[in-house]
This record gives sequence, structure tokens and C-alpha cells, in this order.
Amino acid sequence: MTGGRSAIEAKGVSKVFQGAVTALDNVSVTIRENEFFTLLGPSGCGKTTLLRLIAGFDFPTAGEILLYGDDIAPLPPFKRPVNTVFQSYALFPHMTVAENIGFGLEMLGRARREVEARVDAMLKLVRMEELKNRRTSQISGGQQQRVALARALAPQPKVLLLDEPLSALDYKLRKEMQIELKRLQLETGITFIFVTHDQEEALTMSDRIAVMSKGQILQVGSPRDIYDRPAERFVADFIGETNFIDGVVEGASAGAASVRLGNGARLSAGLPDGLSPNGTVTLVIRPEQARIVPEPSQATISGVLENAVYLGTDTHYHVRLDDGGLFVVRQQNARAREQHIAANSRVGVVVEEGAAQVLRA
Amino acid sequence: MSMVHQQTLVLAAERRDLRNRWWLCAPALFIILIAANGPVVIELLFSFMVKGDYGDVKYWQFSSEGWFSVFFTRDIFDDSITLADAHVTILLRSLTLSLATTGLTLLFGFPTAYFIATRPPHRRDLWLLLITIPFWINILIRTFAIQELIRNEGIINSFLLKIGVIDQPIQMMFTDFAILLGMVYVYLPLMVLPLYGSMEKIDFRLVEAGYDLYAGSFKVLRRVIIPLVKPGIIAGSILVFIPAIGAYVTPRVLGGGKNLMLGNLIELQFGQGRNWPLGSALSITLMVIVTAALLVYVRNATKSDLYHG
Repeated sequence: MTGGRSAIEAKGVSKVFQGAVTALDNVSVTIRENEFFTLLGPSGCGKTTLLRLIAGFDFPTAGEILLYGDDIAPLPPFKRPVNTVFQSYALFPHMTVAENIGFGLEMLGRARREVEARVDAMLKLVRMEELKNRRTSQISGGQQQRVALARALAPQPKVLLLDEPLSALDYKLRKEMQIELKRLQLETGITFIFVTHDQEEALTMSDRIAVMSKGQILQVGSPRDIYDRPAERFVADFIGETNFIDGVVEGASAGAASVRLGNGARLSAGLPDGLSPNGTVTLVIRPEQARIVPEPSQATISGVLENAVYLGTDTHYHVRLDDGGLFVVRQQNARAREQHIAANSRVGVVVEEGAAQVLRA
Repeated sequence: MSMVHQQTLVLAAERRDLRNRWWLCAPALFIILIAANGPVVIELLFSFMVKGDYGDVKYWQFSSEGWFSVFFTRDIFDDSITLADAHVTILLRSLTLSLATTGLTLLFGFPTAYFIATRPPHRRDLWLLLITIPFWINILIRTFAIQELIRNEGIINSFLLKIGVIDQPIQMMFTDFAILLGMVYVYLPLMVLPLYGSMEKIDFRLVEAGYDLYAGSFKVLRRVIIPLVKPGIIAGSILVFIPAIGAYVTPRVLGGGKNLMLGNLIELQFGQGRNWPLGSALSITLMVIVTAALLVYVRNATKSDLYHG
């Protein structure tokens, strides 16, 4: 999956809407062939704008968008070998399921027999054969979702764009469709660009994720990179639960820094690429990469246990640190190491080796 | 007393109550049966009666002469029967002109409605107001205004003469063109409003989906927008066609005495013609044509469009 050709390349793309709202600010990103690439960010971060620029519904104010090396920014949407799955599906209500799926091929002027064969293949791919002749108003939301996918995949686009396609589905269906989408992507070998604000969805499906905020891409990486080694506070905060601790850098080597915390304890923390910090930095430590121990002297940091929240599979421990900050530890409820620590007792927190990460800002 | 028995009594009382209060329906029944359809019945009766010598009819003396003279003429000298050319011509003119009016208002109304529907929501009301304002002015005045534009000494001819494009005024008044122009102008809002009503409801993401799936502008219009606006096209066409085929004022003012339409022909029978049975028969004919045209049109237009039903 890595090291493939680039399918989409955005170079210095900016989009300023009338009234001087900057939706995208000098964004550059490369999306590889056959990749499941996710644009992740809160609403208004510019992820949908970037998708619409790739689709051709809007045109960039500045910059280039390359599709396999050719600049497609000036082309209208109907001349781009790129298809979109819309958030609301946008199925044609005056056509049947089969007519919807065949529409793109028909517009491309393909022979009737070819269109029919392809429509049947698509119906099979999304497991909708029986509903072929139904109106789109006569099928459920999940089924509409499948038809929208089939319709966008039928013309075999070079890149498939998906604009929060699962947001209208209920939780269970969404889980199913996540797996389904991944299967479709692997089966068709088409590059998927997926837009979502749901971090869990992004982590589940993506080969790589670009985290966006305020019109910029903050970090691009595999789900593991993004989760374990967030480079910026926004990324760490947006994805998963996180603890932030301040410390002072005492020395740095390749990829790691030795950081002294407020209580004097020392931690080895990972460094984002190209950062050689000094002075005060913020460390990020994921709740499940720390352990709670009853004996503060054995731990990296210590505090008072305020609360233990039992969640079935996990227990969340809320520890008020000595310097006043709150630190959350998540531990799996394995029967073997069942632990009973009384609330308001002093506890220690052991940070696992390699868990801490220095933030860029 | 058992529950069931009690219920039966209550129901019976309610029924009695309804019977006692039937007269509450009287206003509605009066309007539907007497005010709306009474005249049609009278007209139907008149069309089968003998015409009076100075207008009116000879009551309860029946004859098919009225209906006969809708389509045929009997020579006064030798009683030979010929087709009533004038009536057929007027009938065809009415059909042609009202169909043309419907087509032209659709042609001009469609882009107009599309323009309004694609404005920002808070501006649309203003554009709709501007389309409807002329509608509040009396039709006679608007028709005379058109006359002022197109008559031989009117604004258009004076201007063209002045800049030397023509050396004789173009005859526009008292032609079918004048009637068509007047009707298109008068009935345009009746087309724009229902079209706008349908277009406003279009989810424009469907248009984007069309573009995304390799349809160019023309194909998106034909395959996505027009099918979605179809209810508006049907409603607009009906609203324009019905008054157009029965138009009276516009052909009277702009068509002069020569270019009659059905409305004028009917008026003539009740006025100078003093032939009420013929006038009644013509009215019923017009009604049958309109009803038949509508039935055929609506059936065809909705056949391929089940989801609207």
C-alpha cells in the first residue's frame, strides 16, 4: 500500500470564498494509488472543501490539483474520472436503483449491453440484486447508501470521493458499512478519499489519515502514527482521550528527548520529525499507556485518586496530580489483576516506556 | 343496561344528530351544485332549444339546430349543407394559439423560474413579487399597453422608422402574432409560479451528482432537472392553456374583428348573432376540448413518473 504512485496531489491549494472566508490555506498533500485516505477534522476545517475541489464542484483560488500528474483544477466535474458518494446520497428520485447505477456509464456513452452487465455486477458487489427495479424512495437508508456507492463505483473512477457517507446511518449499520467500505476498496482497488469528523471511523478504515483544522493539514500518517505519535496538541486532543503534562527538556538525541517533569521525575519522550526542542514542552500520554499503582514511590508521577469509573471492559481512573492537573488512566478489567483502590487515596501513575510524546506546539 | 346496548344507543343518537344537522353542509352543496355547475346544466339545456328571434331561446321547444351549426352551415336558398369553415378556422386558431402560448410561456418561464429558484432565499420573494406585480393590473389596461407598443404609429414602429431600418410601419396589430404576444405576456406569471414552486424543492446536490456522473449541462437539464420539475411543468401548462383557449379580451383588442378566437365567437352568438343555442353549444364544445386535452396531457405526463403520485 505504501510507496505507490500518487493518485492525487494537491500543491499549495487555497480556497477563499466570497466575503473572504478562507476555507483552505495553502494545503499540500499527496494521496497514493489504491490508498484508503481519510480527511479528518471538525466541521468547518476545510475537509469537504478539499473534497469538492477534487470533485470539481468548486475551483481553487490558488494552487494545483494533479490527478496522476495532470492538473485537473480547471476541468468541470463531468470531465474528471473521479466520482463522489454524497453525504445525503443524492440518488435520483425519478429513477430506479438500476437506472441510478447505470447513469454514469450511460452518460459516458457506453453500449447498452455493457451498461446492463456492469449494473448487474455492481448490484452484486453491494449485495442489492433483489432491489434492482425499486424506486430509490422505496428502499431503506442503508440500502440507499449501497446504491450510492454502486453508482459512484460503476464508471470505475480513478478516485472515489466519499463525503461523510455514513453519518446518516445508525450506529450498528455504520459499523457494518465501515467493514463493507473497506472490503469494496480492497476488491475494486480504487483509491478512496474519505471525509469524516468521526475519529473512530477514520482509525478503523484508513491506510492514512490527514488531520485538518482551520483550513490546514496538521499531520498526515497511518492511524497508528496519528494516535501514538500526534505531533500537535490539536491532533492529540481531537483523536482519542489524552493526558497533557508539561516538562523541561534536558537533552535530546535522534527521535527522543529526556524530559524532566515538575516533580523531578524523568521521562524519555518521542519527538516528531525534525523537531529539536528545548525549554518547556508539552508531553502527551494516552490513558491506556499508563498504569496505576497503589504505591506512589514506585511511580513516575503521583496524585490522589478522585474517581474510578467502571465501564465493563475498562476502568477509568481520574487522578488529581500533585501539581493540580488531571490525569486519566485506562486499565483493562482483567480478572487476574483485579485492583481495588479506594477513592481519595494517594496513588502513583507509571508511564509505559515510549508512551510519552513531545508535541510540536 | 349492558355496555353494548349503551353503545348502540349512543351511536344511534349520533346518527340522529347528524341527520338533524345536515343543513350545515348546505353552503358547500349550494356552491358546488348550484353556483358552479348549475350554469353548465342551463347551458346544456339551452344548446338543445330553439333560438329566439331577438336572442334568448324558445323555452321547452327542443331542436338540434344549435349543435348542427357548430360544425355545419345550411344554405338559406337551397338548404345544401356545407362545413362551417369559419367555425373550424376559429377552433383551429384557438387551439394553435393557446398551445403556442403554453409552449412559449414554458420556454420563457423555465429560465425565469430557474433564475429565481437559484437566488439566495431572502432575495427570491422580491423576484417573485416583481413577476406578479403586473398581474395585479387590469388585463384590459395591460392589453392596451401592448397595443401602444405594436400599432402602426406605436413605439416600436416609430423607433424603427426613425432610425431608418424600415420605411413603412410593420403591420403587427390585428394579426395572430399580436394575439400571441398579448397572451404570452398576460399568462407568463401563471407558468412561472408553479415552475418556481417545483424548482425551489429541487435538491441541488442532485444536479451536482449529475455533473459528477459525466453529464454535461444539457444532459443534466434533460435527465435530472426537467424530470424533477415535471409537476410544475404540468401545473403551469394547465394554468396557462385553460384561460388561453377561452381568451376573450386579448384577441378582441389585439386581433381586431378579423382574428377571432372561440371566446369571441361565443360572445358574438349571445350578442349580435342572437343565437343562444349555438353560443351554448360552442361553450360546451370548448369545455369538452379543454377537459379532453387535460386528461390526455396529465395521463401522458404522469405515466413515467410514478414517484410523484
